[in-house]
Parts: sequence; structure tokens; C-alpha cells
Amino acid sequence: MTHNIYLYILTAAAVSCLIRVLPLTLIRGKIKNPFIRSFLYYVPYVTLAVMTFPAIIAAPQVPLAGILALIAGAIAAWRGVNMMGIAALCCGVVFVCEMAAGYLVY
Amino acid sequence: MNRNKNAFTNGIRDGIPIALGYFAVAFSLGIVAKKAGLNPFQGFLSSLLNHASAGEYAEFTVIMANAPYIEMVFVILVTNIRYLLMSCALSQRFDPDTSNMHRLLVGFGITDEIFGISIGRSGALNPYYNYGAMAVALPGWSMGTAMGIVAGSVLPASVVSALSVALYGMFIAIIIPASRTNKVVGGVVIISFLVSFIVSKIPLFGRLSDSMKISILTVLIAGAAAALFPVKDDDDDTLTDSGLQ
Repeated sequence: MTHNIYLYILTAAAVSCLIRVLPLTLIRGKIKNPFIRSFLYYVPYVTLAVMTFPAIIAAPQVPLAGILALIAGAIAAWRGVNMMGIAALCCGVVFVCEMAAGYLVY
Repeated sequence: MNRNKNAFTNGIRDGIPIALGYFAVAFSLGIVAKKAGLNPFQGFLSSLLNHASAGEYAEFTVIMANAPYIEMVFVILVTNIRYLLMSCALSQRFDPDTSNMHRLLVGFGITDEIFGISIGRSGALNPYYNYGAMAVALPGWSMGTAMGIVAGSVLPASVVSALSVALYGMFIAIIIPASRTNKVVGGVVIISFLVSFIVSKIPLFGRLSDSMKISILTVLIAGAAAALFPVKDDDDDTLTDSGLQ
């Protein structure tokens, strides 16, 4: 049996949408339980950290470029550079590193 | 009114780097979509409605396999489960009086990056900030996917490679300043890096999808941190002051 691509897309969209919308609409007001409050407070940082590392090493063609981008980005963030600046810096570091690596290889 | 307009403008400003990063990532996603037999419009539609990198990648593999619809439900549930946690976390940032319409729209627009920048805001979350970010980021994502299907490999590999870290740069911009102001958050971030790295090296976990790993690690590490270092809960300002300037 063949399936309809539009139905596939709509099924995926419906599930994604429910996952995203339900907690926001059902949880009204502040949660009182201190454990859950603390848990939700830490969630974003853990999620973002786990998504960043080691994925940032695997994303570019040259792993070292990713490590250097992470270090450069972290130093810039520590010094208060804004989000756009840090994103651009990381891209720049990877671009330059890979150019340099290209010269070394060929 | 003016505050909403301001928030919207800020959202657009912060959404631009996201949109650029998205365009590049979605471009490569479009190449996968093409293999699965999607035309540019279908790719655009999928990205506009789903806007999830790992989730859509999984979606296209289900389409490619011509699997039952119920499998699509399960696969999307597993790969996108982290959005459930993000939605829970965001619910605590809203003014309790926020209308259902705003909750629905902001919820629909949750992506890793939009969640990231909205959690980085101080005080109660203004939905218009999210709308601004969504207004540039989601079209960037959708058009990137469509372009990827149309044009395959127009961008040079070096450019795609460089753009691929833009998203991580934005994550760093959120977790590092928070780590600086709050030592516990800093410790939690370092532990997260370490555990995530170790898990990626253990073959046993190799069969779990990335999103599943992210969800499991988030629950375990944030749970441990909450048990060991409960956040003082006098009011919200303590929460925001302690970690998120």
C-alpha cells in the first residue's frame, strides 16, 4: 500500500503541534512544587548544553574547527558579546580553520 | 502597545541569525526530503508546519520507508519529545493571565533556537517577542528546505560547514552568561557537556535517536540538579535574577 505524502506531513505536524502546545495551554500559572520548579529552571540550560556538545564538533567538516569555535564562542559570551556576534564569530572561526586546513592538506 | 511593538522588533532582530542558520541547515534537510520523494512545495509545507530538524529528518525516513501512519506518530513523538519539556519550561515564563491564543501560537512556534532566545529574556515572556522571531526564522527554515530540494548543492561545502555552527553559537550565547552569574548553572552546564560527550562515545546508546538522548539526559541531569540544588522560590524575580540576567 502506498501512502499519501500530504497525509504523512499532516500526521507529523499534528503530533509536533500537540507536543508543543499542550503543556503551555494546560499549565496555567506558577507551579508551586519546589522540585518541579527547580527542575524546569534547569531544563533549558541542560537541553542547550547537551545539544551543543559534542554536536558542535561533528557539524563542521573539520572537528578541530568545531572545538575552536566552541572555545572562541564561550570566551566571547563570557565577555558579554551579543548573540548575533557570537554566532557570526563561530561561523568565522570554522570558515577560517577549514580554509587553513585546506591549505595544509593540499 | 508600544511594548509589544518593541518586543516584536527585538524578536525579529534576534531571529535573523536564527533564520540564516536555519536556511543552511534546512538546505541540507531539503536534500534528504528530495530523496524521500517530496517536491519543493511539500518540503516547504512540512518545514512550515513541523519546523524541527531531527523530527523532520525522521519524518522523511518514515516517508521513504513507506511505513504506516502510526509509525509516523510514534517516531515524531519520540524525536520531538524535548519540545514537551521546553513547553513546560516556557509555561512558567508566561504571565498567568496570558490568553489561550497567545499560548497556542507561542507553543506552535517552539524550536530549539526560539526556545533558547526566549528563555534568555528577563522577566515575563512577551508573546510578541516570539512572533517576531518566528516571522523571520520559520520562513527561513521553510524556504531553505524548498531551496534544498530545488537546488541540491548550490552552496559551497565550506559555506554550509561554517553556517552549521551558527546555531550552536547562539546556544553558547545563552548558557555561558547564565553560567557566569550562577555557579550552579555553570556546574550543570559542564556536567551536561561531559555526560553528553560520554554518551555519544558509548556504542550501547548509539541506537537511540539524538532527540531521545537529549530528552533522557535533560530529565536525568536537570532532575539531579533540582534535587541537589533546589532553586529558592520566593518569587519569580529570584528565578530570573539568579541565572538569567
